[in-house]
Amino acid sequence: MSVEVRNLVKKFGDFTALSGVSLRVETGELVALLGLSGSGKTTLLRIIAGLETADSGAVHFYGADATAISVRERKVGFVFQHYALFRHMTVFENIAFGLRVRPRAHRPSQAEIAQRVHELLKLVQLDFLASRYPSQLSGGQRQRVALARALAVEPKVLLLDEPFGALDAKVRQELRRWLKRLHQELRITSVFVTHDQDEALELADRVVVMNAGKIEQIGTPEEVYHHPVNAFVYNFLGNVNLFHGRIENGKVHLGDTILELGSAERQSVNGASGNAALYMRPHLLEIDRTSRGGKSFRATVRAINAAGPQVKVELEADWGDPVQVELDHERYRDLAIEPGESVFVCPRQSRVFIYQI
Amino acid sequence: MSAPDRSLVGAAARPRGWIERFCRPVSGNRRTSFGDIAIVAISALFLGIFLVIPLATIFSLALKNGIHAYFRAVTEPYARSAIWLTFVTAAVVLPINLGFGLAAGWAIGKFEFRGKEFLTTLIDLPFAVSPVIGGMLFVLLFGAQGIVGPWLIAHGVKIIFAKPGIILATMFVTSPFVARELIPVMQASGSEEEQAAISLGAGGWQTFFRVTLPNVKWGVLYGVILCNARAIGEFGAVSVVSGNISGLTSTMPLYIEVLYDDYNFSAAFAVSSLLSLVAVLTLVAKRIVGRHVGVGTAASASADEELAA
Amino acid sequence: MALKQNRSILPGFGLAMGITVAYLSVLVLIPLSTIFLNTAHMGWHHFWSVVTSPRVEAAYRISFGASFLAAIIDSMLGFIAAWALTRYRFIGAGILDAIVDLPFALPTSVAGITLTAIFANNGLIGSLLAPLGIRVAFTRLGIVVALIFVGVPFVVRTVQPVLQELDPELEEAAETLGATRARTFARVILPAIVPSVLTGFALAFARGLGEYGSVIFISGNMPLRTEIAPLLIVIELEQFDYRAATAIALVVLLASFVILLAINLLQRWTARTYAL
Repeated sequence: MSVEVRNLVKKFGDFTALSGVSLRVETGELVALLGLSGSGKTTLLRIIAGLETADSGAVHFYGADATAISVRERKVGFVFQHYALFRHMTVFENIAFGLRVRPRAHRPSQAEIAQRVHELLKLVQLDFLASRYPSQLSGGQRQRVALARALAVEPKVLLLDEPFGALDAKVRQELRRWLKRLHQELRITSVFVTHDQDEALELADRVVVMNAGKIEQIGTPEEVYHHPVNAFVYNFLGNVNLFHGRIENGKVHLGDTILELGSAERQSVNGASGNAALYMRPHLLEIDRTSRGGKSFRATVRAINAAGPQVKVELEADWGDPVQVELDHERYRDLAIEPGESVFVCPRQSRVFIYQI
Repeated sequence: MSAPDRSLVGAAARPRGWIERFCRPVSGNRRTSFGDIAIVAISALFLGIFLVIPLATIFSLALKNGIHAYFRAVTEPYARSAIWLTFVTAAVVLPINLGFGLAAGWAIGKFEFRGKEFLTTLIDLPFAVSPVIGGMLFVLLFGAQGIVGPWLIAHGVKIIFAKPGIILATMFVTSPFVARELIPVMQASGSEEEQAAISLGAGGWQTFFRVTLPNVKWGVLYGVILCNARAIGEFGAVSVVSGNISGLTSTMPLYIEVLYDDYNFSAAFAVSSLLSLVAVLTLVAKRIVGRHVGVGTAASASADEELAA
Repeated sequence: MALKQNRSILPGFGLAMGITVAYLSVLVLIPLSTIFLNTAHMGWHHFWSVVTSPRVEAAYRISFGASFLAAIIDSMLGFIAAWALTRYRFIGAGILDAIVDLPFALPTSVAGITLTAIFANNGLIGSLLAPLGIRVAFTRLGIVVALIFVGVPFVVRTVQPVLQELDPELEEAAETLGATRARTFARVILPAIVPSVLTGFALAFARGLGEYGSVIFISGNMPLRTEIAPLLIVIELEQFDYRAATAIALVVLLASFVILLAINLLQRWTARTYAL
């Protein structure tokens, strides 16, 4: 089922949580709402669910206006950040709840409920825990019970609020992969909220980057990562070096250093000049012992951390800014650099955003 | 983590003497000193004289004239009528204040609105008012020379010196118990589970009875126990409105006064012993239930603050 | 009351709020307003003549005096009891701890006749005190004794949780810094618990002012000597002098409100000052 929101505005007192947000989620899609806390992503999710009411704007399910439909009748499955499992019920009863509270005419029989619950328990691989209470489960197990409970009512849309937020790193990785598989199997339209860029990029079909109550960019993980539309998105997705300078005639002036832009960047700048922010990803920087003229700049190696899949090198540029570079181990061995050495840094790719002061 | 370690070290380093079997400090590896014994002795003496001796005295005086006199005293018609009226009063007041407490707990514990603090203060107000004054309020309203009393009496409705007055006065003094016990518990349990229930399609009442109530049941029970004890034992407020007519408007605590004023001491203590039994059961129940609501926290400590008057 | 509810998806706010406000209005607000209505009707002059008549004045003096004294004694002994119950394991501690709530649970008329029986000249304790020339029952001392009984749990139950939550590490820290036990007590423990002792004192005091059932049996009720203010209210009501009763009650009521306000301010101040 497709979900569409149009021009949603939501204020809490003086705080504007959403200022005119529009978004369309296609049937069967898995969409991530990515942003920092306070960006409005959870509010958007709760408005889609009907747990919150927008001040203005509309929510459409399947093209039909659902703004006035109560959360009870929206047929959404909502997985709460802290799961909100019913403490006094067993796992079985938690999952059966949505079926048991149906009006008598639509309520399945005991046997049907039991069968459905066991199917769901099998789906989330927790069949052996049916009679436990939530307090006796691990965080990851609770997460999966919450998901099974939401799926029990056969929702048309699945909404997940920070689904892995309360779990430790290793469990998070496993559940992420598991959820991806589950979605591929069920193909249920899903929206999840996260502040973790890796999670969004790895899981989602499309990522919605949010900031201060607005959507900054919507696109596939590749699009938002490789073609961020603005400085915020570039900065938010992945580590980045940021330098402030002036741009003139397709060249960036950083202190006394003048750096030539690549053809792609020159195109994006389009001959304009002014104050500019230059963004460079650490893994898209190369270190050389020889200068490449206007395409590289001089920097001094300050520290090297070779523990981990990549070698992290900290340098200081001639104009004083710190520079982070990530190299693979092979290249690092070939270079054989030491702290204190003077080297040249060459960006393979960078992004320039011009701003006025 | 460190506490058991420390006591182990302490035990190994300094063997405890026989005194420590009877009394020892909770923390540290000190031995019991003279000062420790003095503190415990003063406490025991204080609580002993003011609490233990009175409780024991009630039962011993009740049985002073033998078991037959005891049974006669608690089964004679006036006593039976007082027991019945006390029971009826509690049976009427409890469900009403339970309903009020649940409503107040839901409104204040689960929603945000302006005037919340004022409302909470108003709920607590009957605890701040002397029970005698609480009873007086209803005399001022419904008494023979009260505001609406003369009109009601002219229409054949008697509230003061009658059972409705007793019930009203008891409702007044016991109204805060369930509410003030429930408000913090409802607040603490948040509203996420309720939201989950509603998102799964549950209706308002289904959510309340299947999700909210099971989560706060111990708090409800705790409030009901306190409310019950006070409803049964209320003296001051009821004394003002009842007129204390034996056989008609005399509850057990009032009936005790009648017997005592008639110098019928052993009968007075016999009836007292029944009420004391309820009191002891209340203390036991309060302790058991209290474990589930986490008594000892500031919130629940303040909730006990007024039980009997 | 202005109600502005942040729209929530939970249902039933209107119903619950309606029940709460309606019940409180009928049971508390309307009855309470009669006091002020009645006092307004009687005029200042009449009011003043009632509350300054010798018998009423004497009753106020006795009520305030005995409540104050009882609350002081409760604060000191109640504090020691709370200390013993939290800091020591001793035989009978469990029973003593449970019985602290007895004055909450025992009907006051039962407490009244029992204390009278114990402290009468032929009673268990009265007979021990009589040879020393100390008479308790039917004297002002009797009133104080009854009010001590009533006030015990207020002090113990407000101090106890604070003592329990007082981190033993605080004391250990003070000791590692070289403080003696007496100094640790005076500088570390006492400041942390003084607010709770004061709160307990104020609660016991306020409760003592309004107490009726447990006092009237042991006090003997002699005009000008052992009559308490609540008793005078009852007497005036029995004589159908509602206005005099209201006037006497108003002073007691205002006094308890002032005390409770003081408790509130004290607790707010404590929360602000000591909150971590």
